[in-house]
Amino acid sequence: MKLLPDNTTIDFLSATPRRIAMTIAAVMVVASLASLAVRGMVFGIDFTGGVLLEVGYPEDADLEQIRRLMTDSGFEDVQVQRFGAATDVLLRLPPQADLDPNAVRESLSATLAADDPEVVLRRVEFVGPQVGEDLREQGGTAVIFALCLIFVYVMFRFQWKFSAGAVAALLHDIIVTVGFFSIFRLQFDLTVLAGILAVIGYSLNDTVVVFDRIRENFIGMRGATTLDAMNRSINDTLSRTIVTGITTLLVLGALYFLGGESVRSFSIALIVGIIVGTYSSIYVASALSLTLGISARDLLPPDKDSKLVDDLP
Amino acid sequence: MNRYPTWLNFLVLIILLGGFVLALPNIYGTVPAVQLASVDGSDYDDTRVAEVVGLLQREKLVPEDSYVEDGRVVLRFHKVDEQLAAGDFLRERYDRQASTALTLTPKLPAWIRAVGLNPMSLGLDLRGGVYFLLEVDMETAMASRLALYQQDIGNFLRDARIRHRVDLDGRTITVRLTSAEDRDRARSLIEADDNELLISNGPDGQSLAVRMSDTQVSARENFAIEQNITTLRNRVNQLGVSEPLVQRQGADRIVVQLPGVQDPNRLDDILTATATLEFRLVDTSGDSPGSRRYPGRGSESAQILQRDVVASGDQIIDAESGFSEGQPAVFITLDGAGGESMLKATRANVNKPMSTVFIETRRETVARGGEQGFRTIKTEEIINTATIRGIFKNRFQITGLTPMEARDLALLLRAGALAAPVYKVEERTIGPSLGQDNIDRGFMAVKVGFLLVVFFMAIYYRWFGLIANAALFANLIFITALLSLLQASLTLPGIAGIVLTVGMAIDANVLIFERIREELASGKAPQASIDAGYDKAFSSIADANITTLIAALVLFAFGTGPVKGFAITLSLGVITSMFTSIVGTRTIVNLIFGGRRIASVPV
Repeated sequence: MKLLPDNTTIDFLSATPRRIAMTIAAVMVVASLASLAVRGMVFGIDFTGGVLLEVGYPEDADLEQIRRLMTDSGFEDVQVQRFGAATDVLLRLPPQADLDPNAVRESLSATLAADDPEVVLRRVEFVGPQVGEDLREQGGTAVIFALCLIFVYVMFRFQWKFSAGAVAALLHDIIVTVGFFSIFRLQFDLTVLAGILAVIGYSLNDTVVVFDRIRENFIGMRGATTLDAMNRSINDTLSRTIVTGITTLLVLGALYFLGGESVRSFSIALIVGIIVGTYSSIYVASALSLTLGISARDLLPPDKDSKLVDDLP
Repeated sequence: MNRYPTWLNFLVLIILLGGFVLALPNIYGTVPAVQLASVDGSDYDDTRVAEVVGLLQREKLVPEDSYVEDGRVVLRFHKVDEQLAAGDFLRERYDRQASTALTLTPKLPAWIRAVGLNPMSLGLDLRGGVYFLLEVDMETAMASRLALYQQDIGNFLRDARIRHRVDLDGRTITVRLTSAEDRDRARSLIEADDNELLISNGPDGQSLAVRMSDTQVSARENFAIEQNITTLRNRVNQLGVSEPLVQRQGADRIVVQLPGVQDPNRLDDILTATATLEFRLVDTSGDSPGSRRYPGRGSESAQILQRDVVASGDQIIDAESGFSEGQPAVFITLDGAGGESMLKATRANVNKPMSTVFIETRRETVARGGEQGFRTIKTEEIINTATIRGIFKNRFQITGLTPMEARDLALLLRAGALAAPVYKVEERTIGPSLGQDNIDRGFMAVKVGFLLVVFFMAIYYRWFGLIANAALFANLIFITALLSLLQASLTLPGIAGIVLTVGMAIDANVLIFERIREELASGKAPQASIDAGYDKAFSSIADANITTLIAALVLFAFGTGPVKGFAITLSLGVITSMFTSIVGTRTIVNLIFGGRRIASVPV
């Protein structure tokens, strides 16, 4: 079975499609950054600190009533929301400066139990504000560190212009994925950050496969322009890119629908990231390298050239 | 063409079998069990097992199976009520000698146990339990050490009859003298006692600024954490939790994980316990006024000890095990006041025995008339009695021990008190029902994801697709095998990582198969196409997997808890998939299609 005809000749990289693609990419990046600046992110307690309770009621929970119960008991800023099924509720309290977390936990659960003795306390989490802050810093550092390592690796294997293109595509993926979370007000917790690092790995997968083909075609297609060679490469790898995208999305779909509420944000991060990553490997990475002036000569090892010169009489 | 040498085919087969065997422990279910662990850390053996089983038999509670594992006695039962009844009985019977834990133990047959194989270790979010992250208050640890230095320096100078004034400000001790000459004498005195301290002359020519060197600071910080960890571990052992984890995290934090525990308050009680030591002379006459009988811990014999305390634990600055004149010994450092007292006592009591008493106060929550209250329990036990062989002050040694005992004693002395206060900075409690839910959902996602991919590959790549599916299945087996072997914790994000690996592992095969199709389309012969496909796809696969590995390793280094589980499964998945997708499928392809003429390639 084949999804694509052999030897497709879609033009990805000449001036017009390149301009359109870059514009769309730029728009998405700007929209994401704008959303981050204006709406901000909804961080999980991993990053903000605070207390979190996941409770299960025997029948559908009445959120309003729970909210009232909380305020009556003196907890002013408890966030109450549904967590998956209608019977499951998530309560969240931002960090309280002087309160003993044990006391908070005990009185919250006592209040809930007093109201409905059949409530089940599934999960309790407490994160100190310092830990939350540390994690925010470390999270950013980890992502930047990963990007630097990758830049160096791709530079080694290929060339710095490819490296720049690859890292630019990755930055695009990260910003757009994070922007998605910001625009749709989805919770960003530690597992989402893990998902983003996984997206980096996956998106780079795609990009490297294309670059590898470009290198092979530069050598094999002597006399062709850089543009043609790169276009050819993207077309050649298109089938593989789409199939791998499909298989990965199939498993992520399974995870999204069957994995339960706790991995939902994680699956969304991956799904969005992979769709965006595939797109960026095709358009952004190669296009940017082209704009930076990549050519066949850049990929040839320097010794070969000088040897040729030396052999001339 | 397309033939692997026989030895390579064999090797692949052996690796596959090895994977199967390592993964095998995971298919057995779990049964309720009771575990007995000795309180003092020693290992139990088969005689103890026989003793316990004998006791249970008399109570008409016969375990289905019994054995020793990791120095613990494990008793398996058919039903939970039997497990509970046995647990209660044993807990009472072995009250201070052993800790009793109820647990679910995998139902492994004896031969698997004998080889030492285990199923995967489940993380807290799949098992339920309590996770604590404690931060050690380093400032206080430093402050108390500096205060001791301040006190000691004052003592030296007083003994040497030098007029002085010693102040502590932040991390600097300022010693003010009355003349430059005195300053130099003071300096040499301090240096003679501890030559690692950084001493610099003050600006006015008559004072010294004393600071701890960087090595001393980090040594002190390490000491504070290590000692706290030891103390916490000992205490956690008292709880009778199976597979507890107490570990250092970073520069100043400690992770405590207790699977199965549902009551974080109880854990808190442990943390608030303070433990200390006392040194007392043995009352050899047996009837000095005020002397008291103290029980011995474990194999130590009880003694009657005198009323006066020679030195107490909060005067111990450090304890290290080592050798002295060929004998195993524990080197103890007391502070100034402790040293003075020890000097007087030893001077008057050479060749008489002195005991080290371990004192612990614990806070227990009790239900008093429906309300929660606290009760303080104080335990006093002799952990060591040794003969005084010479006069000593604040640095002395205890001999007469085996090397193991010396090491343990040093640890115990260090574990006597928390070197610095700990604060709880993170806590997660996960109920067992949620844990089970997570397991069910996670594995369902893996199964369905796997089936979807298998279905797709079979349709899209026909026979070669089936071969890739076989490799995918082998990949899952290998991941399971490695996780079981390494005993790395499997968490819910870890399962998500396995799901992701299923989708990404197939990528290598897609690359190969697409390449084979291309080569065929360009007119190459079937066998040559297969060969070229594998050959040319390899560098792409290698590069792509290495980049994913970089991301996974960064995540591993930076992540904590459940996220680390994801990094582990992702990394393992990438590595195993490289093997199964390339070597694995090639082996099968070669066996089926290689070395003969074929008309077409069913890809």
